[in-house]
Amino acid sequence: MKALLTSMATMVWKDILLELRSRELVVSVIVFGLLVVIVFSFAIDPAPGQAKNLAPGILWVAFAFAATLAMNRAFVREQEAGALEGLLVSPVSRDAIFLAKASTSFLFMLLIEAVLLPAYAVMLGFSALSWTLGLTIVLATLGFALIGTLFSALAAQTRSREIMLPVLFFPIVMPVILGAVEATTRAIGGETFVGLGRWLPLIAVFDAVFLVICPWVFSFVVED
Amino acid sequence: MNARNSEFAILAEGLEKSYREWPVLWDLDMSVPWGESLSLFGANGSGKTTLLRILATSARPDAGTVRVAGYDLRRQTERVRRRIGVVGHRSFLYDDLTPRENLNYYARLYGVRERESRISAVLDRVGLSARANHRVRTLSNGMQRRAAIARAILHQPDVLLLDEPEAGLDQDSRQMLGGLLDQWTSEGRSVVFTTHDIELGIAWGHRAAVLSGGKLSLPGRDPEAVQRALSGPERQPANAPVKADALPAETREP
Repeated sequence: MKALLTSMATMVWKDILLELRSRELVVSVIVFGLLVVIVFSFAIDPAPGQAKNLAPGILWVAFAFAATLAMNRAFVREQEAGALEGLLVSPVSRDAIFLAKASTSFLFMLLIEAVLLPAYAVMLGFSALSWTLGLTIVLATLGFALIGTLFSALAAQTRSREIMLPVLFFPIVMPVILGAVEATTRAIGGETFVGLGRWLPLIAVFDAVFLVICPWVFSFVVED
Repeated sequence: MNARNSEFAILAEGLEKSYREWPVLWDLDMSVPWGESLSLFGANGSGKTTLLRILATSARPDAGTVRVAGYDLRRQTERVRRRIGVVGHRSFLYDDLTPRENLNYYARLYGVRERESRISAVLDRVGLSARANHRVRTLSNGMQRRAAIARAILHQPDVLLLDEPEAGLDQDSRQMLGGLLDQWTSEGRSVVFTTHDIELGIAWGHRAAVLSGGKLSLPGRDPEAVQRALSGPERQPANAPVKADALPAETREP
């Protein structure tokens, strides 16, 4: 267990260092997210107070597309100069590799969402200061990261990875998006944890299932 | 049975590997004793890289048994990985990290002790100390190759597997690599490397092997004999499934 955590920490540290050097992922995805809310603000002109009703859908459409952009890069860096092969012939378990990549994607997505959320709250007129909303975002982002990392590894081996990832990602992650939209609707409406009903547990169950299945499938994806 | 207690550093028996209907390795036997280096020759597409990738655990054989450093490749994969060092066609390094940062990263993954001094030692060994803190993307191809060699020897593996290691190296770097391989085998470790340079392969290897028709032959350390073995017609592996595009067009399936 200690070896797994040490390997994971090493790989996460490396990904953070690479992102600090290149700044190509987080900054571009944040710009994309801001453009989405600006486009929605111009495209939709709801009656006063109606924007709040549309906010959950807009928020999660933007987060989901931002996630596919971020995930697309997850294994591209590893494939440049064959670093993934270097990793695969090292004595690091496939589980550690998968969990490290998923952890990095999770951290990057949380950072991106932390920047985008206040902008969306201002533009769409809802309060982002809700711990139930925060919990919804954390659980849904975990699901995005787990599924996105698996399909990113799969798509990175194809020529049309930019198209393959969303085609594979969205059908599987749809229950998480639906749960997140429903939970967000209630959270920004001022509901407490109990008021969120079955939606948060639904996302948590999907996360737990993905957490078991994705590392297992990953080991087959990266084998020749 | 484990590293150095086994008779051979590498022992493969009945090794087979096909890509769909295309057999690459067929009923191949191979042994490399401790303290020896084997130079592996073969025409393009003869399966040299596939054989190295199987030994490096990055490709699975379809059949056969392989023991590397005394460990079974299928059942003791992680132990094998701890005891091999691999130099592939690509550097396995991150362009936006420096050689020192790349080595630090791999040293942590391999659990190398006294990391800093070991990293400095291997950088010095491959003559890269002066550029150790420059990003890999700013280094020449030859320097990146040397950094890749430093990464492969970092954890002092028992078996070194190198795929055309001389590619992109200047004369000084080739001498450095030749000296390193010599030192490696004199310490009782083993080396397998592929090359198209017959003179260099014979100079660096204790034994020379030619891969053709899915099998290895050992023509000896005579350049002409190696050349003859290489020049022979490409053989279909004996008893292997027929290659689809080797059949006359009218007999192929649509």
